[in-house]
Amino acid sequence: MNDICDTTGALSNIRICDFTGQLAGAGATRVLAAFGAQVIRVEDRLRQGQWDIFRGNGPWMDDRRGINLGGTFNNHNIEKLGVTLDMRKPKAKAILEELISVSDAVTENFSKGVLDRWGLSYEEMVKIKPDIIYVSNCGFGHVGPYSEYKTWGPIVQAVSGLTFQSGLPDMPPAGWGYSYMNHTGGYLMAIALLMALYHRHRTGVGQWIDMSCTDGTAALNGPAILDYTVNGNPARRPGNPNSNRSIYPKMAPHGIYRCEGDDNWVGISVRNDDDWAALCEVIGADDMASDSKLATVDGRIEHHDAIDERIEAWTSVRSPMQAMEALQTRGVPAGAVQRPVDRIDNDPNTREWGLFPTVEHQAMGKVRVDGMPIKLSETPAQIKRGGPTLGQHNQEVFAEVLGIEQATVDALTEEGVF
Amino acid sequence: MQSHIEQGILDGVRVLEVGGEIGAWCGKIMGDVGADVIKVEPPTGDPTRSYEPFYENEPGPDRSLFFWHYNTSKRSVTLDLEQDGGRDVFKRLATQTDVVVDSYPPGHMDSIGLGYEAISKETPGLVMASITPFGQSGPYSDYASTDLTALALGGPVWSCGYDDHSIPPVRGGGNQAYHIVCHFAIMGVMTALIHRQFTGVGQYIDANMHAAANVTTEGASINWLVAGDTVQRQTGRHASVVPTADGQVLCRDGRYVNVGIGARTEEQWIHLLSWLQEEGLIEDLGEFLDYPSREAMRRGDREAREQQRRVAEVMRELARRTDADVLFKRAQALGFQWGIVNSPEDVLEDPHFQARGFPVEVEHPDLGKSFVYAGAPYQFPESPWAISRRPPLLGEHNREVYVDELGMSTEELQNFQANGIV
Repeated sequence: MNDICDTTGALSNIRICDFTGQLAGAGATRVLAAFGAQVIRVEDRLRQGQWDIFRGNGPWMDDRRGINLGGTFNNHNIEKLGVTLDMRKPKAKAILEELISVSDAVTENFSKGVLDRWGLSYEEMVKIKPDIIYVSNCGFGHVGPYSEYKTWGPIVQAVSGLTFQSGLPDMPPAGWGYSYMNHTGGYLMAIALLMALYHRHRTGVGQWIDMSCTDGTAALNGPAILDYTVNGNPARRPGNPNSNRSIYPKMAPHGIYRCEGDDNWVGISVRNDDDWAALCEVIGADDMASDSKLATVDGRIEHHDAIDERIEAWTSVRSPMQAMEALQTRGVPAGAVQRPVDRIDNDPNTREWGLFPTVEHQAMGKVRVDGMPIKLSETPAQIKRGGPTLGQHNQEVFAEVLGIEQATVDALTEEGVF
Repeated sequence: MQSHIEQGILDGVRVLEVGGEIGAWCGKIMGDVGADVIKVEPPTGDPTRSYEPFYENEPGPDRSLFFWHYNTSKRSVTLDLEQDGGRDVFKRLATQTDVVVDSYPPGHMDSIGLGYEAISKETPGLVMASITPFGQSGPYSDYASTDLTALALGGPVWSCGYDDHSIPPVRGGGNQAYHIVCHFAIMGVMTALIHRQFTGVGQYIDANMHAAANVTTEGASINWLVAGDTVQRQTGRHASVVPTADGQVLCRDGRYVNVGIGARTEEQWIHLLSWLQEEGLIEDLGEFLDYPSREAMRRGDREAREQQRRVAEVMRELARRTDADVLFKRAQALGFQWGIVNSPEDVLEDPHFQARGFPVEVEHPDLGKSFVYAGAPYQFPESPWAISRRPPLLGEHNREVYVDELGMSTEELQNFQANGIV
């Protein structure tokens, strides 16, 4: 066997027949691939895998364009193997059935019904592999009144209460400026898949996990939900949300403050009275430190705007890093609002961690990607191989993994099945 | 609801949870799918027991709704790990444990003799995950952190806020930095548990919240890593290198709908035109009645831009005369990827979440009441997700865990209690 079979990773005994794409799906199997699972990503030959909007789309590293040069696709599909099939051809279905028969799990994040149309409903998969684990992940799930509705990250975030909770008073929702829930939907999908694998090894039983990204999102607003169901306090109330402040738990002052220069900011959280005393000293506000009206968190909340002005007078003549360092030296939580360049190229913590590794991509060459924020002492993640080019591993997967004779592989390639 | 669910997917896995607030979500996720999660609290109680909001707005160690949400399906014991006696008990507990979730500051468990090496000596298959703001060592590891500062330094905040950059960027609500790092910690724990199934070997996991936030920024990182471009925040839509059209409209009832993606097929465009006709808004489109050419829009032709502007204006007017729920559902029925901006409580009333069983009732027998909690992020038909018990009262399971399960004598327990160890 060559490099398609990693025998050292934690999950090197696991094989996944992977139809996922975008981020909500591909982001899930990405994690398993980094820990050594053999993730075989199956893409549609005729559409050149462009069901995944990132296939071939920007950002690009240079002036080259092409189906294999999409930067986001590479990022989300590191360490996976890629094969192509034309599912309109009956022979492709037979190949897929063979792949499923030697896989531990099937993963997808299509709209509801795509696998059914291919004749590969969960019931059919179980006939092929009785203990198969099937994880479907779509915005509104396969069950429920919205199951036919169409989503993408911002819609999931809107409908589930996350967009609402991000904003300033008397302003429209700011929301999340990216598909946070495609990341998180992917994490939850990976968690569900790993749990199901663990359970299957223990009991021998597989199952179909029907994920709705919206359920996972709504669960991230737990305390606000309880504040309503238990106490009758709705989040939809005047002055709320004010999400740079902190009500769970109560902290004040708490906010994002203007710094010197253009669009520069620093986040500051005063957790308790000790932090308050330290902050006042750092910013030279003895009068506030000794002001009994401000001695408690409730008092500071009442006078939050006035305190903010004083803090901003101090931050606005400093860089975000100067403000952060001065406060951190005294133990007050402060974090510069870092631009991508700051945290990727100039951040001592991410640098020492090795957070943005370089992979080798068949067409793009060397390119940096998101790394792994967890370190496992015995089975570290491996992120070396870039996302697969279209059909990059047809030969290895069809001939070596499935054991199809070379002449047949050649013939099926010729016929356009692969 | 109160009876223990036998068939949870992590049934038989025992977890000890120690430390601060960052790791509680990790324990909850495992507990709600059947793991036996024991929260080891200092005798004074976990600090989050003092977090708002409170049951009936009255503080008290068993009244924090923040604590309630993050600690369902767990048991609570008290133990003072600052005392030798407490550490011995913890080591004994660890011998009956599969996973330790630790969110003390870096190095703290080592400094009190409860680091991974010490506690796994007797239990080589033990998996331990330490969840900290900046990892166990290295730059910043001693820095203080909250959700806001983590999301600021880690990248998400840069992408969130308003078109007007004189307004500060915005930290999305709900302590998402804690969620992000906990999701990674659980992925690590499950990976380690599966590895252990094959090899019998346990391991130690170092989970870094700053790093986790950094790799949860989607296009912000990738545009920089691949192309050296910087995204800029925009109101209610993706931060972008090149500005994009507004996609959030205010409806008649004061609620918002995200209408960011317009007609993607000619059929949808015609549906939209007849809807506008019905509303008497079609004239406002002027001469721009043809299906907008995507090619021209991509090229940024003047006419295409003018059409885009007109369409956006008409959308705002359509929203002004329509309730959000009506706009959302009618548009979705026509195939548009639009979404209503629900508040957390709206979610509970929404037929989608109701049909999927998202609101779940949890009994609090001590209060003689039951309350609706946030439900399952995923369903395992062969091994159901369920809140198996309400959040524990402080030290509620001391006797059960120490005497019935660990084999401590009643007298021993009483001594520990008298010495403030339990």
